[in-house]
Amino acid sequence: MAATAHMTLEEIRKGLSWRKQLDKLFIAIGMALLFGCLAILAILFFDLVRDGSSRFGWDFFTSFPSRKAENAGILSAAVGTMLIMVVTALVALPVGVAAAIYLEEYAPKNWFTGIIEINVTNLAGVPSIIYGLLALGLFVYQFNFGQSVLTAGLTLALLILPIVIVATRESLRAVPKAIREAAYGLGATRWEVTKDHVLPYSTGGILTGLILGLSRAIGETAPIITIGALSFIAFLPPSPVTGEFPFLNFEWLRSEFTAMPIQMFNWVSRPDQAFQANAAAAGAILLGMTLAMNAVAIWIRYRFRKKISW
Amino acid sequence: MQGEIRAQGSDTPSLSIVMEDRKTTRANPAKAAAEKLNFWYGSNQALKNINLVIPEHQVTALIGPSGCGKSTFLRCFNRMHDLQADTKYEGAITLRPDNVNLVGPETDPIEVRMRIGMVFQKPNPFPKSVFENVAYGLRLRGINNKTELAERVEKALRGAAIWDEVKDRLNDSALALSGGQMQRVCISRALATEPEILLFDEPTSALDPIATAKIEELITELRQRVTVLIVTHNMQQAARVSDFTAFMYLGELVEVDATSKIFTNPAKKATEDYITGRYG
Repeated sequence: MAATAHMTLEEIRKGLSWRKQLDKLFIAIGMALLFGCLAILAILFFDLVRDGSSRFGWDFFTSFPSRKAENAGILSAAVGTMLIMVVTALVALPVGVAAAIYLEEYAPKNWFTGIIEINVTNLAGVPSIIYGLLALGLFVYQFNFGQSVLTAGLTLALLILPIVIVATRESLRAVPKAIREAAYGLGATRWEVTKDHVLPYSTGGILTGLILGLSRAIGETAPIITIGALSFIAFLPPSPVTGEFPFLNFEWLRSEFTAMPIQMFNWVSRPDQAFQANAAAAGAILLGMTLAMNAVAIWIRYRFRKKISW
Repeated sequence: MQGEIRAQGSDTPSLSIVMEDRKTTRANPAKAAAEKLNFWYGSNQALKNINLVIPEHQVTALIGPSGCGKSTFLRCFNRMHDLQADTKYEGAITLRPDNVNLVGPETDPIEVRMRIGMVFQKPNPFPKSVFENVAYGLRLRGINNKTELAERVEKALRGAAIWDEVKDRLNDSALALSGGQMQRVCISRALATEPEILLFDEPTSALDPIATAKIEELITELRQRVTVLIVTHNMQQAARVSDFTAFMYLGELVEVDATSKIFTNPAKKATEDYITGRYG
């Protein structure tokens, strides 16, 4: 060791080059793991596309299920999934946002609110089949909603409610205190501050949370099977829009249904090899729908971030 | 000017001395008066027995080292502390001429905020257009008539000396403006509702010297229209913009007097130490 207190230039350079090597090593490990995960997803996706490639075509989208693999399509499953998603979104958004606003803006900070908050987070970890059992008992038998689009939509809404609540609370919290104080300082009530400022400025985060929730719900199979989705449906629910006044029809809510993951499950479980191609094609389409929804979420977040910067 | 000032630890009699003193110098009646004001964050007492008269249509500056309670005191005037849990007021801030106790539990904080405007430390415009920023307070008061809104927004923007800079960009986002312009839009927003007192909480601490000079000039002009109470940690600023200066230390009001007297001939040793830079 040198007698002087400070390090010599050589010592500094030697030590620094070793520390920078470590830095590079960490980057290399991180990149390898990241690309490994992405590669698995990509391989999965392309495998599905390759296996199902023979089935992609207009007929596949416009045909009902059939006993002959080459005639079968996903029309009833795709329509069912879309209708269920509409119900899920329409229920989960207002309920989840209202719950989040209450917890974030109104609820007093005490032990009771604390318990509610912890349990909202816990709900996100409840296995989805439990929701299915709850829905079977409550919606199907107790409320007599039947094994319907409505029941499925409500069940999946329950399932994604914690996701929507947590995402909404986070984006409400991101609105700076200074903005709230500015509005309060002008004489706004708590509700006016919420509706005129906090909610509009957090719309991006709320919609992102909703879409991420929906993209989880779209692939859920267990709860839908539990409430009794049919796997072979050769008809469409009644159209929500009609030609005569009042132009809206809610019969479709009570209709029986099937959904994309159910259809896939049905095809996969058949011994006939030809149906495996159908399952792969439907899987690729389902995965595509999920990725598209995530892309929309990213786009919304980007749009709102550009408009509002604190 | 030579009247004895006994703000610290004083009781009500000294208040009248302060007021008499004002009458001899400026003859402005009181707009508000803090009387035996105490304030707590939880169990931590932040303000101790504050007695202070705010003369109408004048600028009163609050100075003192960080943590002395000057911002806490300012925020009592529009009940901003009510937004936080576990805070407590005791005593009174009486608003003249109707003698409403601003910090009284019987007084609605929203009513208080509709009468007393505030400009904050960091410019905090809403992420909306310049026009909607200034119009928001008016809309809250139920004014939705387009012509009236336009007139009053223009008046407020002129009042904050920013009309010429933004008149062609009223529909642009206020976030696109410079820091100094944003702060003047925030002043317009507070002025639009014609408050009785305008509170400034270190309004230039986030601004460059040129923007600061503009805001200071504006504050000295504003006294024609409104009573101003300003917190600043910049003593030159207090000397430049205010008529009266109150020095606070450790939650107590040490001394209050005409600004010229505080900065040339303070009565208390602590005040002198602070303004000569011995601590702070």
